[in-house]
Amino acid sequence: MPEPVGAMPATGTGGSIGRIAWRLRPVFLFAALAALPYLLSYSQQEIAVLLVINVLLVSSYRLLTLTGEWSLGHVVIMGVGAYASALLAKQAGVPVPLSMLLGGCMAAAVAALLSFPLFRMKGFYFLIGSFAAGEIIRLIWKRFTDPFGGPKGLKRIEPFPDIETGFLSIDFYEPVNYYFLALVVVSASLFVLYRIERSRIGLTFHAIHWQDRLAESVGVDTFRYRTLAFVIASFFAGIAGGLYAHYIGAVNPTRFSVDQMVYVLVWAIVGGTATFHGPILGVVVLTVINEIVLRALGLDTARPLIYGAILILSVLYLPNGLESLGPRLRALWQRRRGGSAAAGSEPA
Amino acid sequence: MSVHGERPILEARGLTRRFGGLVAVDNFSFSVHEGAIHGLIGPNGAGKTTTFNVISGFYAPTAGRVFFRGLDISGRKTSALAAMGLVRTFQGSTLFQEFSVLDNVRVGRHLGARAGFLSRLIGTDRLSEREADAKARETLAFFELEELAGEPVSNLPHGHQRMLGMAVALAAEPKVLLLDEPFTGMNPEETRRMMALVRRIRDRGVTVMLVEHDMQAVMNLCDTITVMNFGALLVEGAPEAVRNDPAVIEAYLGSATGNGAGDAA
Ligand SMILES: Nc1ncnc2c1ncn2[C@@H]1O[C@H](COP(=O)(O)OP(=O)(O)O)[C@@H](O)[C@H]1O
Ligand SMILES: [Mg+2]
Repeated sequence: MPEPVGAMPATGTGGSIGRIAWRLRPVFLFAALAALPYLLSYSQQEIAVLLVINVLLVSSYRLLTLTGEWSLGHVVIMGVGAYASALLAKQAGVPVPLSMLLGGCMAAAVAALLSFPLFRMKGFYFLIGSFAAGEIIRLIWKRFTDPFGGPKGLKRIEPFPDIETGFLSIDFYEPVNYYFLALVVVSASLFVLYRIERSRIGLTFHAIHWQDRLAESVGVDTFRYRTLAFVIASFFAGIAGGLYAHYIGAVNPTRFSVDQMVYVLVWAIVGGTATFHGPILGVVVLTVINEIVLRALGLDTARPLIYGAILILSVLYLPNGLESLGPRLRALWQRRRGGSAAAGSEPA
Repeated sequence: MSVHGERPILEARGLTRRFGGLVAVDNFSFSVHEGAIHGLIGPNGAGKTTTFNVISGFYAPTAGRVFFRGLDISGRKTSALAAMGLVRTFQGSTLFQEFSVLDNVRVGRHLGARAGFLSRLIGTDRLSEREADAKARETLAFFELEELAGEPVSNLPHGHQRMLGMAVALAAEPKVLLLDEPFTGMNPEETRRMMALVRRIRDRGVTVMLVEHDMQAVMNLCDTITVMNFGALLVEGAPEAVRNDPAVIEAYLGSATGNGAGDAA
């Protein structure tokens, strides 16, 4: 369901200051994101880059889930973007920013082709079909050493070109700089994804999810719209893949295996997919837990186990995801204040 | 009898639909005239809903043809048929339960609110969306549901949900509206209101074909009635003729579960 427009918490007596702070939250957010890399160690900066890329991966995945279909091929589609962008840069000499865009287009084109077999299926069958399609693509990468490099994949992928002008020089080998590059690309992508969801296209996606027969009966070509969601989601997954490939400098079939897909699913489920920010919350919180807490405790090898535990706990105790935590806490807080304001609070 | 044209707007010829060994619709033919309210009745399991499903493109016919405004539409996609002006409603409350009342009808405006992908993205679809919104509210007002526009559907009583189902279909601006059991689960007062609404929809130039078990409503409302039994045509004619037809009485009395038996006899 589309989120309520301009959902704002009742700010109570804290009144105008609270309200101004609430209005200014994009400013705070950007300030925090800009300051972040300078508060991190070098290795943490590298993780921050991957986190930003993963935010796009999981947000694009959510767009597909709006139509009610959950794919197991999204990470492979990301890989299609990564391979395409890497090969275009390596073998055709396409300049890197353009190759990333073309990588996104390639991922979208592959999704468009896959739509024909995949959207003859729904639900569980679609899930399995998408897994099979992904494995076929991975098999092609492994099998054809030329041009995909076989099981070892592609190495020494062209990095994002440095920006050199008289007074400005940005070297994207530096994680801080790549972090800002990724942040700009991902923010722009999220903006587009958000606009799509809030438009009639998003309403139609939701309609197909809840009652595809009714949607079809009033003229919605459900196959076309499912394809559209898949193609858009895949385009942005491909962009995420391009960002990844030219940062790490290497891609291989294992990097895009179903293990990685499971992480995307866990991020989405733990965060919740009812709101735009749910999956983002999921990937951020789980990455922080993983990279900071687990690493500090020396438990990072137990990652699958702990992710599994977190998934089970969140399904049991927070079935609507982390996204439902905010409204819940707000309601709790208002109740404790004995607030009559609680009556006006929006439902979760 | 009401005024309606002689040209059939919707026609089935030798329509057949099998499910495995079961023949749900069996060499069934009928024609609906433009501007009519046309009833389709028959005992439970006679194949009425299946007939609607085949006409509206949810199932392909196993054999036979469907013509809409003289055009062979057999096997066409449901969404394409809606775009041509053939729209159906569903038995029971088939709605977007998680949406508000207004958003349900806004989806019904899908065909009327055209805009390109880019214009949706940058928001230049605002004008066509505002128009769609106004149309949706107008449709709600027609059903006297405008007060409930912001309510979640799940809050509506059953009768209102049935009306909303019709509102969603009507928002698509059909030329022919197929109603599957529109009065089921309604109290007599609601049924009376609904009948008046169906007449008004027809007076707006929409041809109506309806499946219904409430015999009194069907006899009062319809210009022509087609009776089917075991998937095949039994009788077709004016309400008075159908009511007194021995074959019809026999079919209803003979069916163990015939809901309309009491009324038909
Ligand atoms: N999808 C289906 N698969 C198998 N059998 C079906 C299907 N749809 C309907 N039928 C069967 O076709 C017959 C006619 O059903 P239906 O058209 O729903 O009857 P009615 O609407 O007149 O009560 C029934 O015997 C029903 O069980
Ligand atoms: Mg039926």
